Amino acid sequence: MATDPTKLSMAQALNRALRDAMAEDGTVYVFGEDVGPLGGVFRITDGLTAEFGEQRCFDTPLAESGIVGMAVGMAMNGMRPVVEMQFDAFAYPAFEQIVSHVAKTRNRTRGRVGLPMVIRVPYAGGIGGVEHHCDSSEAYYAHTPGLTVVAPSCPADAYALLRDAIASPDPVVFLEPKKLYWAKEEVDLTEPRPGIGRAVVRREGTDATLIAYGPSVPTALEAAEAAAQEGRSLQVVDVRSLVPFDDETVCAAVRSTGRAVVVAEASGYAGVASEIVARVTERCFHSLAAPVRRVTGFDIPYPPPKLERFQLPSVDRVLDAVDDLQWEDQ
Amino acid sequence: MAGDQDLLPSERPVQLLDETGRPVADPPLPFPDNDRLLAAYASLVTGRRVNDQAGALVRQGRLAVYPSSHGQEACQTGAALALADGDWLFPTYRDTAAVIARGVDPVQVLTLLKGDWHSGYDPYAHRVAPQATPLATQLLHAVGVAHAARLRGEDTVVMALCGDGATSEGDFHEALNFAAVFQAPVVFFVQNNEYAISVPLAKQSAAPSLAHKGVGYGVPGSRVDGNDAAAVLAVLDRAVADARAGKGPSLVEAHTYRVQAHTNADDASRYRSDDEVEPWVARDPIVRMEAYLKRRRVLTKARKERIAEDAEAVAAAMREGLSHDTEPDPAELFAHVFAEPTPQLAEQAAFLADELSREGH
Repeated sequence: MATDPTKLSMAQALNRALRDAMAEDGTVYVFGEDVGPLGGVFRITDGLTAEFGEQRCFDTPLAESGIVGMAVGMAMNGMRPVVEMQFDAFAYPAFEQIVSHVAKTRNRTRGRVGLPMVIRVPYAGGIGGVEHHCDSSEAYYAHTPGLTVVAPSCPADAYALLRDAIASPDPVVFLEPKKLYWAKEEVDLTEPRPGIGRAVVRREGTDATLIAYGPSVPTALEAAEAAAQEGRSLQVVDVRSLVPFDDETVCAAVRSTGRAVVVAEASGYAGVASEIVARVTERCFHSLAAPVRRVTGFDIPYPPPKLERFQLPSVDRVLDAVDDLQWEDQ
Repeated sequence: MAGDQDLLPSERPVQLLDETGRPVADPPLPFPDNDRLLAAYASLVTGRRVNDQAGALVRQGRLAVYPSSHGQEACQTGAALALADGDWLFPTYRDTAAVIARGVDPVQVLTLLKGDWHSGYDPYAHRVAPQATPLATQLLHAVGVAHAARLRGEDTVVMALCGDGATSEGDFHEALNFAAVFQAPVVFFVQNNEYAISVPLAKQSAAPSLAHKGVGYGVPGSRVDGNDAAAVLAVLDRAVADARAGKGPSLVEAHTYRVQAHTNADDASRYRSDDEVEPWVARDPIVRMEAYLKRRRVLTKARKERIAEDAEAVAAAMREGLSHDTEPDPAELFAHVFAEPTPQLAEQAAFLADELSREGH
């Protein structure tokens, strides 16, 4: 893995989080498809079987409902399973287990049976993946009461959020933006972790607020940089935690600028971006100078690789949306 | 690794008692001892009383619905009695009698059907998972519980229940496969009662028997007369002992019959005739066991009366426990979604509390 421990890719940060959690807590078990000797198709579990043995990190038969269902049982019985769904769209066979059991067991049992488990999902597009490898599936999970849903946008958050997800008494759907797996940054693993449920202002700005999460955060930051060249100061908020949602941080940011654009890769209709617009509008209406805009994917099945650039929010689309925020009323 | 022949179930279901309660010639398994058979008989009588009482409570409007295991009490009893205290039971919605036989308070069990909450008992107190409504999903949880126990070096066995219809679900197959691959100590116990609501077994499966479904996964299958409580107990005892000894999972199919409709809300006359039901009523598991125990002079008149009284006491406790109108606290709706309510849920809880206070609650 990393030769320089302070400079890590998101993939390496996730691997470190798993290793550190497994070393610290003997009840943490990692399993899924190809996560053993291969280290996962994205190498997130690289070296874990070698370091912790075949019992702690193991390959399962190829059946996602089986993986999640077995994790439910292990979590019921004193373990902290961390399972990998190989790709976003390959997680769907596990949907019944996730919705009917993972999300509901604590509530069903009046709090007697909690399920401390993490479902890791390499997710979203931007990697030239063929069909079924690029879905933005967050709305399915975020819409399901009882699931905590997080999506890091950088290696430091990936490490901190995964450690917090594994430590959580509740099940966490952990969405890993595939296209951000390999970008490196300086990471201080000893820094206090912000905790799940906290958004963060990634870039200060005074004219308008860009709200993004996961794979769309770098796009938002790039757009803010481009806008700065043109003399417009854009603030960027990284939501990080889709459930629970940090209304306080997001709304304080929007109130400070009076204008907002939500950026997300997923199809817009009935999506998380739409929920954010609704929440912001309900809470910040009197601070808003313009309707809150969305820049999202179209409401189409995820396109084939040669067409995916038309689906992904681009810097230009974000800047166009910002241009649309009724500046003439200023 | 077991050979093909070791995985195949017997051609005919295992029977220890014929339909008149006489021991069969050359029983394929040893009889459970008299104390266990007496305990099984007591449990059968209680199970039947629980089924009948729950049906009455539905008619009185005390329960919303009740899926009865009337006629399947030998399976209900066997599933509970075959387990040790440290073992786990994973029941379905039709297994109320098994859950009660395991020692869970009947009134707590009926919380689900009473409509107060989705599950009313502490799963850890008696090691009984919440009764599962989505078919076959709980079988995978059973594998996980068993695997976790095995990783800790415990000798826990998990009894996972499902019906014939559930064997068509994907999770049934994933559970058998996972259990076999991980050698998880799980006994998959299928109560084949011939019907999945209205659909008969012939339309459910073309397999020679449901127990054959284990072969494809390397899981040994066995078949038992599900109305012969002695045979059910003997077969499950063996399956539990094998699992505890590290021989991995097994699949047991009990041939039984759902004597009553799917639930009180179902009309069985739309899909089957009384002529079909009658022979199964005649194969009543209680009558059979009682005839055997009386002939063996194990069940005395006094003992039989005691057992009937005990069963009646359970029914009385059910009536008493369900005789009061209860009003679940709406504030609890928000209490168990997460370990700590999210800010959004706290907000919604406050909203509901305010609404209720304005309505004068």
